[in-house]
Amino acid sequence: MTSYQIEVNGKARQVNADPDTPLLWVLRDNLQLVGTKYGCGVGSCGACTVHVDGFAMRSCQLPLDQVGEQSITTIEGLSEHGNHPVQRAWLDHDVAQCGYCQAGQIMTVSALLNHSPNPDDAEIEATMSGNICRCGTYTRIKAAIKSIDSVG
Amino acid sequence: MSTHSEINQRRRFLKTGLLGSGGLLLGFNWLTGCTNNTAGHVDADSGPELPDTWQDINAYLKIGNNGTVTIYTPNPEFGQGVMTAMPMILAEELDVDWKDVISEQAPFNAEKFGFQFTGGSRGIMSRWAGLRQAGATARQMLITAAAQQWEVPVNEVSTKAGRLFHSASDRSAGYGEVATIAATLPMPEEVPLKEIKDFSIIGNSKKNVQGRQIVTGHPLFGIDYRKEGMLTAMIVHPPSFGQKFHRIRNLDEVKGMPGIRDVFHFQTYKDGFEKGGFDTNAFPELVAIVGDSTWPVMKAKKALLVDWQEQEAFVESINGFRGKTTRNVPTGLENSTDHESRMKEMAAIPGREVRKDGDPERAFQSATKVLERSYSAPFLAHNCMEPMNAFAHVEGDKVWIAGPLQAPGMIEPTIAARMDIPVENIDIEMTRMGGGFGRRAYSHYMLEAALISQQVKAPVQLIYSREDDMTNGIYRPAYHATYRAAIDENGQLTALHIKAGGVPESPLFANRFPAGSVDNYLAEEWSIDSNITIGAFRAPRSNFMAGAEQAFLDELAEELGKDPIDFRLELLDRAKENPVGEQNDYDPERYAGVLKLVRKKSGWGEGDQDLQRGVSAYFCHNSYAAHVLDLKIEDGKPVVQKVTCAIDCGIVVNPDAAANMAEGGIVDGVGNALYGELTFTDGKPDKNNFDTYRMIRMNEAPKEIDVHFVPSEIDPTGLGEPPFPPVFGAMANAIYKATGERRYRQPFWGEGLKG
Repeated sequence: MTSYQIEVNGKARQVNADPDTPLLWVLRDNLQLVGTKYGCGVGSCGACTVHVDGFAMRSCQLPLDQVGEQSITTIEGLSEHGNHPVQRAWLDHDVAQCGYCQAGQIMTVSALLNHSPNPDDAEIEATMSGNICRCGTYTRIKAAIKSIDSVG
Repeated sequence: MSTHSEINQRRRFLKTGLLGSGGLLLGFNWLTGCTNNTAGHVDADSGPELPDTWQDINAYLKIGNNGTVTIYTPNPEFGQGVMTAMPMILAEELDVDWKDVISEQAPFNAEKFGFQFTGGSRGIMSRWAGLRQAGATARQMLITAAAQQWEVPVNEVSTKAGRLFHSASDRSAGYGEVATIAATLPMPEEVPLKEIKDFSIIGNSKKNVQGRQIVTGHPLFGIDYRKEGMLTAMIVHPPSFGQKFHRIRNLDEVKGMPGIRDVFHFQTYKDGFEKGGFDTNAFPELVAIVGDSTWPVMKAKKALLVDWQEQEAFVESINGFRGKTTRNVPTGLENSTDHESRMKEMAAIPGREVRKDGDPERAFQSATKVLERSYSAPFLAHNCMEPMNAFAHVEGDKVWIAGPLQAPGMIEPTIAARMDIPVENIDIEMTRMGGGFGRRAYSHYMLEAALISQQVKAPVQLIYSREDDMTNGIYRPAYHATYRAAIDENGQLTALHIKAGGVPESPLFANRFPAGSVDNYLAEEWSIDSNITIGAFRAPRSNFMAGAEQAFLDELAEELGKDPIDFRLELLDRAKENPVGEQNDYDPERYAGVLKLVRKKSGWGEGDQDLQRGVSAYFCHNSYAAHVLDLKIEDGKPVVQKVTCAIDCGIVVNPDAAANMAEGGIVDGVGNALYGELTFTDGKPDKNNFDTYRMIRMNEAPKEIDVHFVPSEIDPTGLGEPPFPPVFGAMANAIYKATGERRYRQPFWGEGLKG
């Protein structure tokens, strides 16, 4: 076990864990930030997506010793009151069914919009196809994304 | 109009539903705290104001002194929306403002809430009358309380949106002001229910009451459950079906790994245990690895070396829904290629006759033409996004369980039998499920967690890795069906013959359409024993039969030179006007209704010559669904342009959420029809994670889905499953239009297939 200081949701956090521990389990087990979900552990479903310096990353593929000074944002830190434009769009379109994958979907979209405020269908599909929704809410996810003018 | 038996059912529901009202909510606290589910406040920062005191009116609701109402949803939530729709039904009859409602998952308590089950699309259907009655009787008690307080006749008191009024004396009071008196009143026997035309909540879309918690990452799911001192456990199971545990080779080494508390082998059932209907479980002998947190346990799991041995053949006795049955479990390591050839062999010999009308043999002998086609489909894994998991804490003779499960009442007696603990000492908390699709009806993982907790004497969370979840499955079986049609010299259909089977169960529904629409009809079935475990998967058996039947009817219509919708309507017309046989389990008129609606909404036949579209309709789980699917092949890949869908499921409680579920069923159908497949080599699943198991993704989903419900005043019927099965037929028929080639083997766009 090694002691690390990492920045999560704007705060410096101290964690003791093995260097190869995926960030996913650091968040869920050490920091009790369970909004980031385990889905596959191999970077194939997107349920564990977080922002690393503003870019979407699969936290199951990022070992703790490679986090360094990078700033991590999880679904819990995306907005103070759940009022990020993407979260609002998700509520407006009542996207969720079981809801398990939606934190990952929202983190992927919000990172996309940081860099491309008005994505077209092709860009949305290319980005979002890394996130599986077993309930099949894809048409609503797409409609919700398209309803967001821009995060500016 | 209520029939006598309906009234009796309601009384029974309320009686059981009211026993011991005022019961304490048991269970653990979420470490991170659990905010209220804010029914009417999904867009606001906070929910209804919490009152100083609550009054239990009946098992399903309590009213705060400020008028806030908490409504308990008896059935577990797995994304089908019951935590929103069930309180809507009660709130309608209670006549309360939706914004004052808090929705909570009821505790598991069969005495108070009856059969708390999610499955078979029966949730809303089975709770409809009882929840209305619970709301209506509570309203009546509030009215009586107000009348007593104001000393006015009961029939002069009216209600509106959570308030009571006496217009003659110009008095009014909130529900919360009279709840204390109301709670002391006797429960009225039977009270009138609202007229459907007066509904103001039912039929008006309400947003998911947990929507805000979902989008903010609030802990809701079983896997998010936390308790002080909780350890993490994982299991190791045989890699192949047909194998069992032999020995651990490096026990001490793995036990000594950092963060590991214990490694041990255990048996999930006692010898000779008679299984219940949901006790399906391929690997009842497991190795448990317990540690401080997930990653060390995952590493230990990788390091553990276990020898497995062949599982000899056995006969399992099951006391399930169809009474006592036995299951022959053969020995050996099975292969999907063998399954396919054995299914073809079985299809070629006579099966077990299930239904026969007229003289099908003669009709086939005298036919001018016989159309015969065979259809097949592979095993499928459920692949719920939240892997199987369970929290358990065993202390002495007390068991606490929390986690995602569809049928708590079915695992409780199994836990009791294994642990020699009375059911009264077992407490099960139902968490929101990250999907279910049938898989979580079989909650052996709850018992596994309890046994692990008992062994390590600590609260434990058992988590299946994705690989465990996919390879320790209770799968959709592999199926096969042969359809034959006899056509006479006048080009008329004279007989139908269906022979269906599977590994290890038959998918046949002998009394469903087209039975009843053809004079001469024969339905036969067969099955092949297997040691691969199977179980309910969204619309069991229907999810295969609908595709086979609707693809065959399409080809038959073409053979007869008829429009596919007209042909189906002709058959349904015959079934309505002059049905063959007496046991046809469908209503031809409602069946035809969805076909007519989807024809209209899709613009079928109205200048659609350029569209490559397939139609399909099916009846299951008491509801009717029809789809028109428009397909284009782009760069050699199937692209679903649009699915138009018509559903008759009676009254729709929460229309937008209902449309969402239908959309999901359609996406699920498109994905499984085109890509879904789990094959086995030497008993081992060939895929174990999402990098190899092809799940539908956004770029493969239909570009547009247009859902329509048949307006209805019939009590609600199923919705979670019915839209799913007909997708397979619509897809098969659209592929034919788009490629000129009919495909009979699912997945239609599996590996190696090109457009």
